[in-house]
Amino acid sequence: MGRLKRIARRTFLVGAAALAGGVAFGAYMVRRPHDNPLAEGLGPDEVTFNPWILIGPERITLITPHVDLGQGTAHMQAMLLAEEMDLDPGGFETDFGPPAAAYWNTAMAEDAAPFRSSDDGLMARGTRTAMDAAFKVLGMQVTGGSTSSADSFDKLRAAGAMARETLKLAAAQETGIAVDRLSTGGGAVVLPDGNRLPYTALAATAATLEPVTDVAPRAASNWRLIGQETERLDIVAKSTGQQVFGIDVTVEGMVHAAVRVNPRRGGLNGYDASEAEAMRGVQGIVEVTDGVAAIADNTWRAFEAVNAVECNWAAGPYPEEQADHWAAVAASFTEERLDKEWRHDGDVPAALSGEAIEAEYRAPYLAHQPLEPLNAIVRITEGGVEVWTGHQMPRFLQQVVAGVTGHEPEQVMLHNQYTGGSFGHRLELAHVRLATEIADQMRGTPVKLTFQREEDFAHDFPRQISMARARGAVSEGRIAAADIQIASVSAVRSQMGRIGQDVPGPDSQIPAGVWNAPYAIPNYRVRAYAVPELAPTSSWRSVGASSAGFFGESFLDELIHAAGADPIEERLRLASDPRAGAVLEAVAEMSGWGRALPEGRGLGVAMVESFGVPTAEVIEVEATDRGIRIHDVWVAAEVGTLLDPVNFENQVQGGVIWGLGHAINCEITYAGGIAEQSNYDSHDGMRIWQAPRIAVRAVELGGPVRGIGEPPVPPAAPALANAIFAATGQRLREMPFVRAMDFA
Amino acid sequence: MRFSVNGTEREVDVEPDMPLLWVLRDELGITSVKYGCGIAQCGACTVHVDGIATRSCQLPADTVEGAEITTLEGLAPGDTLHAVQEAWITHQVAQCGYCQSGQMMQAADLLATTPEPTDEDIDTVMGGNLCRCGTYPRIRTAIHDAAARLREG
Repeated sequence: MGRLKRIARRTFLVGAAALAGGVAFGAYMVRRPHDNPLAEGLGPDEVTFNPWILIGPERITLITPHVDLGQGTAHMQAMLLAEEMDLDPGGFETDFGPPAAAYWNTAMAEDAAPFRSSDDGLMARGTRTAMDAAFKVLGMQVTGGSTSSADSFDKLRAAGAMARETLKLAAAQETGIAVDRLSTGGGAVVLPDGNRLPYTALAATAATLEPVTDVAPRAASNWRLIGQETERLDIVAKSTGQQVFGIDVTVEGMVHAAVRVNPRRGGLNGYDASEAEAMRGVQGIVEVTDGVAAIADNTWRAFEAVNAVECNWAAGPYPEEQADHWAAVAASFTEERLDKEWRHDGDVPAALSGEAIEAEYRAPYLAHQPLEPLNAIVRITEGGVEVWTGHQMPRFLQQVVAGVTGHEPEQVMLHNQYTGGSFGHRLELAHVRLATEIADQMRGTPVKLTFQREEDFAHDFPRQISMARARGAVSEGRIAAADIQIASVSAVRSQMGRIGQDVPGPDSQIPAGVWNAPYAIPNYRVRAYAVPELAPTSSWRSVGASSAGFFGESFLDELIHAAGADPIEERLRLASDPRAGAVLEAVAEMSGWGRALPEGRGLGVAMVESFGVPTAEVIEVEATDRGIRIHDVWVAAEVGTLLDPVNFENQVQGGVIWGLGHAINCEITYAGGIAEQSNYDSHDGMRIWQAPRIAVRAVELGGPVRGIGEPPVPPAAPALANAIFAATGQRLREMPFVRAMDFA
Repeated sequence: MRFSVNGTEREVDVEPDMPLLWVLRDELGITSVKYGCGIAQCGACTVHVDGIATRSCQLPADTVEGAEITTLEGLAPGDTLHAVQEAWITHQVAQCGYCQSGQMMQAADLLATTPEPTDEDIDTVMGGNLCRCGTYPRIRTAIHDAAARLREG
């Protein structure tokens, strides 16, 4: 285990590391199945067939290891299992399960292979297989990258089918009736005479059998739950105030803690806690890395106390002023900083040797700030550590906690929780480390750390800051050439570096949505430049495509207008992937593209492929006396097969609002080394009064199942900018747009 | 300090300036009321104080002496649901759900004063309730539906 752990710490996904999977570990390690974590501590008469199903005399528990961040994945995972098991909603419980290698993420492994999603060639397939091997051996359990549906679709249906057939075998053994005369329904095996043997009553017998593994999942035409409009399992709890989030958990005997950590991310020179220590309910002030923590008998008292500590902060590691951050980005378009030339079709230098159309674009830092502030409960004893929080990377959480306490990672138990949003925020571990540092100073006592919103903003690891410089040419009413150069800090390297992971190879997220754009432009080049770390950054819903998608689709629109072409017709002409064409045709039809518009109105379109999902959006705006009003958005996304139509619509609408709200209203800027935005009064996203009508369509061409949490985000900003250009003639090249104009 | 919460008299011994939010959550264990921003910018902590939607994170405990506080748990009598909650379930409004208690408390107050709200009414009154997941289209639909349910009794 020691060696494997070292490999796990040093090696992580992407690029060249892919090949390590098959080679470094050997076929034996890759083939060897992981232990089923549910088999440990199995109660009497309980049975587990695989890591997703636990059946006892009292209840059926379905494990949904992809944590629910609001994206509805707990429901979706349960439906995949319930479909094959013939369970009905209400007939089972769900649980996020323990951290375990058995829950490695195959879909994320495949997406980490740096090939276009449409590339089915030998090299692409081989690398995806090798990546999956690496993720499996390393036990990469991660919720993220819009991969939960793709990762679960085959695995959970197979798991459910295995359980169903093994339970039938148990029933056959108990009754002497042949298996082929048994059926299942409503959580029971049904005998030929109609009598029912509930799965819970069959668990003891099933536990003595070798599970049946050679079962094919059911045909789509037989689905009862998948693809249907179902009621989300958590919708009643979330509509009655009864849903328990991490921040609502209480543990017997726990104390409350709050922290203040250097807002410049430097060290702590010293502090004076005398006033804080005398406040009511305060049990102590302790030091943590780069800051202080107050411990009290109530959350608010901990807040008040930590705010009363006078801290002397050291200077931080990055430029103090925002202008210097931009200057560092602008200075990075150099050969030395070239991360990779991702694509070069045709001959761009030749095509652009004459007069070229040029433009420069900017995308600022942005905060994640889900509404539930960061929090974690940690209890440390000699025997192990327990953690209660909602987290996307349970196995990395184990390593970070164990690194503080000196336990082995396997001794860290995470009770994963429903979360009040994430958008990438709960991939980070700083808050868990801080809670552990506090709990380590009072072992035996559970410590609940709750971040104040201001602390959460100050220590949000924001979305990458980036710029693009683009040159292009048109000819005979068509786009002839585009050369898009993008300079950005690497959010992926920054993020993984904080948990001790090197990310070898170039960062495909820097030009995401542009290098893989499904267009056949005759002369097309995409270069990415890596800006050295400035403020530390992290994955923010849709990651690189949230900024690069804006650059690419805005510049394409500029070229199309320069060519005098129609924005959808020209994109359709260039579309090199049938999925891209299908979503463009869908939004053209949905929006009535080409219809006459009243004065002051405009339609804009953008299409970005991210996380393997080509997504097209058309936006209609009106220039009013009070500013730009967004009336309607039409969205089409190609997801292979639609698993959950209700959640699909909700995620797409939410993704569009996320993309638009931040593009219009938000940025994180630094002054004196500190983020200037500290709460929702200065960085809120979108409010209901700006929210447009949003019509949504799933396009299903039957390819691989894909997730929809992130893909609706990238096209939103460029579609809006393109619509504003159509309505006003003003071209927006810098987010947030509110810097340039008002919005109603 | 005494006040009633969902019809039950409660007495707490807290600092006069402790916000009602933390009295409810940490002293009385009512967790449907959420902490989001602490500065009345997000609405996650919205409760009714003497029937009026109020941000509990900015309400010092000593100002609610003798008041009637209602949280989402007490919006409808007994085990029944308020029309707003029924509509929220029917239209599957919630994604993460963290803001939704506050959204429903604000929506119930809106419908109490404006039985047939327009989209503009909704935008005005609900503008202080932030949803980072972006469930606004469903919130609008659910409020119109709840209004219809209330009119039909």
